[in-house]
Amino acid sequence: MIQFLQHLGKKTRTSFTKLGRGTFFLLQIISGILSVLPRPRLLLNQMYSIGVLSFLIITISGLFVGMVLGLQGYYTLSDFGAEETLGVMVAASLVRELGPVVSALLFAGRAGSALTAEIGLMKATEQLSGMEMMAVDPVKRIISPRFLAGLISMPLLAALFSAVGIIGGQIVGSGLLGVDEGAFWSQMQANIDFQDDIVNGVIKSIVFGFITSWIALFEGYDAIPTSEGVSRATTRTVVNSAFSILGLDFILTALMFGDD
Amino acid sequence: MQHTSTQDTLVGLFVASGIVGLFFLAMQVSNLSSFVEEDSYTITARFENSGGLKIKSPVSAAGVKIGRVSNISFDPKTYESVVQMNINSHYNTIPDDTTASIFTAGLLGEQYVNLEPGGSDVYLQNEGEIEITQSAIILEKAIGQFLFKSAEESAEEKK
Repeated sequence: MIQFLQHLGKKTRTSFTKLGRGTFFLLQIISGILSVLPRPRLLLNQMYSIGVLSFLIITISGLFVGMVLGLQGYYTLSDFGAEETLGVMVAASLVRELGPVVSALLFAGRAGSALTAEIGLMKATEQLSGMEMMAVDPVKRIISPRFLAGLISMPLLAALFSAVGIIGGQIVGSGLLGVDEGAFWSQMQANIDFQDDIVNGVIKSIVFGFITSWIALFEGYDAIPTSEGVSRATTRTVVNSAFSILGLDFILTALMFGDD
Repeated sequence: MQHTSTQDTLVGLFVASGIVGLFFLAMQVSNLSSFVEEDSYTITARFENSGGLKIKSPVSAAGVKIGRVSNISFDPKTYESVVQMNINSHYNTIPDDTTASIFTAGLLGEQYVNLEPGGSDVYLQNEGEIEITQSAIILEKAIGQFLFKSAEESAEEKK
C-alpha cells in the first residue's frame, strides 16, 4: 500500500516536472522566434518539410472526407426531403469541426512524429550538444524555425482540407446524386457565417498547430537519447497530440458556438 | 543550388494554395460576398410578439430581401418587442403607412419581417418607425384556438 502511494506520488511529481520543463521550453521557443526572422531560409526549409510534404495527405483525405459527408448526408437528408441543405451540412461540419480537427490529427501523425524523431535522433547522436559546444543555441537554430513553420502551415492545411472537402461533397452531391447545384451553393452561402464559422475554424486550427508543434518538439527534445527512448517519444507525440487536439476542440467549441 | 530553388517554388505554391483555400471559403462558402455592408438606414417597428425572430433575420418586401434585423429588445413600459431593422439605402422610398408583419418561410423555415408598402407619399426616414404591425403567428396559440373553437361547435351540436 505504502509502495503504491509512493509510486503514485512519484508519477505525479514527474508529470508535473515534465509539464514545467515543457512550459519553460515553450518560453525558450517563443523567445527564439525573433532570431528566426532575420534568417528566413531556415523557416523556408522547415515549411517545405512540414507543410509541403503534408500537402498531399491533407488534400486527398479532405477530398474523401468531403465525398463521404456528401453521401451520408444525402441518404439522411433525403429521408426528410431536405437534400437541398446538403451543402450547408457538408460545409458547416467541415469548416467548424472536421477541417481543423482531422487535419490536425493527420498533421500530428505526418509532421509531428517526424519532428520528434528528427529532434530525438539529433539528441541521441549528440548533434545538439555539438551545437552548444560551438556556441550555437540549438533552440534558436533548430527548434524555433520548426515551431514557427508548424504554426504557419497548420491553418493553411486546415483551410485546404475544408475547401477540398467541400468540393468533394459537391462532386458527390450534385454530380452523382443529383442535388441541384445552385441550391447547394446558395443554401451554403446563406447559412455559413464568415465570422462565426470560418474565422472560428481558422482560430481552432492555429491553436491546434501551436499545441501539436509544441508537443512534438518538446517530446523530441526531452527524449531519452537511445533508440528506444526516441521511439517512445514518437509514440507519445502522436498520443498526446491527439488527446490535446480533441480535448481542446471540445473547450473551443463550447466557447465559440455556445450561444447560438 | 538548384534543389533549393525548387524547394522555394514548392513552398510558394503551398502557401499560395492555402491562401486560395481560405479565400474560397470566405467568398464562395460563407456569406461574406453578400455581406458587403452597403449604406443602410435604420427603422424600428413595435410588435406585440416577435416570435422566433432573430438578429440578422432578413427583412423583405414583395419577396425581395432589402435588409436585416439589427436589434431586438423588450420595452418594459409598453410590454412590446422593439425590432430595429437596417434597410439598404437603395430602397429609400418606403411609405410611412407600411405594414410590417412577421412571417415564416415555409412551414418550419426561419422567420422574417415582411414589409407591405402602403399608399402614402411620405417616406420613412432614418430612425423612422413603422406604426402598423402584425405579430408573429404562434403555432401553439393558433392550434389552441382552433381546438377550442371546434370543441365549442361540437358541444352546441349536441344540445
